[in-house]
Amino acid sequence: MVAFTLNGAAVEAAVEDGTSLLHALRGPLGLSGPRFGCGTEQCGACVVLLDGAPAYACTLDTVSVAGRSVTTVEGLGTPEAPHALQRAFLAEQAGQCGFCLSGILVASAALLAREPDPDDLAIRAALDPHLCRCGSHNRIIRAVKRAAAELRASDRQRAQQPQAASTGGVNRPKGDNA
Amino acid sequence: MTSDLDRRAAPPGKLPGNLATNPRLDRWLTFDAAGHVTVTPGKVELGQGILTALAQIVAEELDVALPRIRLRAAATPDSPNEGVTSGSLSVQDSGMALRHAAAAARAIHLQVAAQRSGAALDTLRIEDGAFLTPDGSEVGSYWSQAGAGLLACEAPVEARAKPPEARRIAGASVARLDLPDKVFGAARFVHDLRLPGMLHARVVRPPARHALLLAIAEGALPAGVTLAHDGAFLAVVAETEHAAERAVERLAPHVTWDAQDTLPPEAALTDWLRDEPGEHAVILDRDDPAPLAAQTLRASFTRPYVTHASIGTSCAVARWQDGTLEVWTHSQGVYNLRADLGKALAMAEDAILVRHMEGAGCYGHNGADDVALDAALAARAAPGRPVRLLWSRAEELGWGPMSSAMLVEVEASLDAQGNIAAWREEVTSHGHSSRPGRNPNATLLAVEYMDPPRDIPNAINPPLASGGGAQRNAVPAYRIPKLTIGLKRIARMPLRVSALRGLGAPANVLAIESVMDELAAMAGEDSLDFRLRHLDDPRGREVLALAAEMAGWRGRTKREGFGLGLAYARYKHTGAYCAVAAEIEALDRVVCRRLWIAADVGEAINPDGVLNQYEGGAIHGVSMALKEQVTFDARAVTSDAWETYPILRFSEVPTVESRLIARPDLPPLGAGEASLSPTVAAIANAIHDALGIRPRAMPFTPGNLAAS
Repeated sequence: MVAFTLNGAAVEAAVEDGTSLLHALRGPLGLSGPRFGCGTEQCGACVVLLDGAPAYACTLDTVSVAGRSVTTVEGLGTPEAPHALQRAFLAEQAGQCGFCLSGILVASAALLAREPDPDDLAIRAALDPHLCRCGSHNRIIRAVKRAAAELRASDRQRAQQPQAASTGGVNRPKGDNA
Repeated sequence: MTSDLDRRAAPPGKLPGNLATNPRLDRWLTFDAAGHVTVTPGKVELGQGILTALAQIVAEELDVALPRIRLRAAATPDSPNEGVTSGSLSVQDSGMALRHAAAAARAIHLQVAAQRSGAALDTLRIEDGAFLTPDGSEVGSYWSQAGAGLLACEAPVEARAKPPEARRIAGASVARLDLPDKVFGAARFVHDLRLPGMLHARVVRPPARHALLLAIAEGALPAGVTLAHDGAFLAVVAETEHAAERAVERLAPHVTWDAQDTLPPEAALTDWLRDEPGEHAVILDRDDPAPLAAQTLRASFTRPYVTHASIGTSCAVARWQDGTLEVWTHSQGVYNLRADLGKALAMAEDAILVRHMEGAGCYGHNGADDVALDAALAARAAPGRPVRLLWSRAEELGWGPMSSAMLVEVEASLDAQGNIAAWREEVTSHGHSSRPGRNPNATLLAVEYMDPPRDIPNAINPPLASGGGAQRNAVPAYRIPKLTIGLKRIARMPLRVSALRGLGAPANVLAIESVMDELAAMAGEDSLDFRLRHLDDPRGREVLALAAEMAGWRGRTKREGFGLGLAYARYKHTGAYCAVAAEIEALDRVVCRRLWIAADVGEAINPDGVLNQYEGGAIHGVSMALKEQVTFDARAVTSDAWETYPILRFSEVPTVESRLIARPDLPPLGAGEASLSPTVAAIANAIHDALGIRPRAMPFTPGNLAAS
């Protein structure tokens, strides 16, 4: 039994020794967002955030995440309370088949957490480990920039109105679409 | 009211699209009392957004809000049989069928409402499914009449769709209906299907094509794992994915195979293509009067085998129960797959249920059908239990159908005035389709390994009138008085080949558009002017002019290390138009920096969706042009990982500017495959602009460019 934090909640995974985090997440933990693409850290479809940093779930032993915090695309936001990135990917129609998007979305969230105003080059660099075969790259880059602008605007708004309630965490209120 | 489009789409006495072969209205759409329209197309979502476009068409004709449309994925035996979702034909075949079916459903329902209420039919209008009189009182709705069985009839030929100027939903860039699930990580793909008691299976592949299984050592199988074994087809079935993968690792070294050399020499592939026996056909032989040739050029172009390289690997779930087989699949054609499963398993088709679920992006005949038979064979070892079989990345890149290597040889002449006088072209290729469901023998991978092994029939080329295969886009669109096109189809396929985005078009358009550039240079003329002067189709001329204008072609200045190239094709000569300008930078290797795309698909049901397809196809083209090549030794494919079969990455993707010429009054043409081939050719011409060398061999790597 491996205990860790998954999308903000404490979980325990009952898996055989040597089971990858990807198989644990998609198996007993019942998620579908992290996806199998290669099993060898070469495509990014399985990427999750481990303590906030992108990590390949396909090669990560589940035991190694004991006591740590794992965020998948399901933890970024929900249809009712979407993350700014999810909203932006929908606004830009940034996807076709969508199989690569789970990894790309969490990697983008990690990028925006450390770099609130990334330029094209920084976005391309952050997403370079992620393969997209449908050719949605340019829309994805636009969506990340749109989400970044939205998050910066809502940060500015919060700074100007310190009394306003903050939802905190990765889900921030929708701001001005600068 | 009858529009031009209606008259074109439905000539007297004939139903449009696939309604002709599936005329029952309630096979296509039904209403329910809760206020929904359920649409059941036979075409499937491949990542291209087709379900959204079909929903728009239906909502438009019915005058209901888009959220009321529910799309049910294709499944046997109830969905209309629309064959395969391929060839950029879904809007034409399925969309126009649904447009007519919805128009018919609307007319039938309105007529019943008028009769029941006594209101004059021509005074009724529809607001979000409610039938209203001029004073706004409701006299019925699709929902209140849902139980009356009004659609249990054949579609009337005389149903008339709205005229183009009345459309509000069809023609709008509405958001894709499937995308929310995909950004929230919802369980939407067949890979995500979780059925009670489901087991997990993996295949143990042989070390060589057509290898025979000689022996499996005792004690190789871990406890709790079941072996599914039929001839040389070998799979393991386990409770978890982890256990199945460990079992393959444990078992593989304990299996003895009889492996033989069967594959062609990769290092001398062009010679092999030339020398290998095949059947020859003359595709076109035109011999109009023309001035004598004054200058002649000869050039040959090659493309290696390439593959689909979908981000997800092929997957299927199968369950045997009470003599029936259920299969969940991301196949492009549920009926075609059912037919081949029946042949492979010697079963009656009506004992097989095939249900579509989405897979990762599909760009042609990939492993989706193969894995369905694999899953069925694995599931025989666990009757009553659903078994999910997932291919590894190595299987996906190494065992799925490839797209044929090609050789295109051209000899073209100018007359003394600089007009094209003569053009001879020879295309050498395998066939480009070995799809299931079209041959008396099954074409699914495992049949070559089952006991007894059966050969998969050699890939075919559909006739040019249906778009062709190897000869797709082999005929130049330009005015040429003497034109001869020959085609050799190689008689066997040591590497299994089938349809991949564009089929023969990428190699053929590369050859044609490169030669057009060279002829223009020989004539001392700008290559845009030279093209326009030889192109009669006004829509072709318009996209060419637009792409050139977007790229600043006329006023361009030479920049050291950069090159600009232009190319044009109308897909299949009957499909969508596309012209592309490409800017490349020649560094230690060629990098494509910018693309400008001009598009014309006739009526665009969803303009943003059309541009998304054009942009995606173009980026696929950049990847194919610069990077992609299947490599192999005498026994197996060696490019079976992303390291050995690299595709274009974020750091390498060009910026893309695309524009769509609006033609709402012209028939719609599919968008998915139009941009790939002209992108490849535009990059070749840009490389010449930058470096002065003519790329002859794809991919345009430093090695291949040095040899050009």
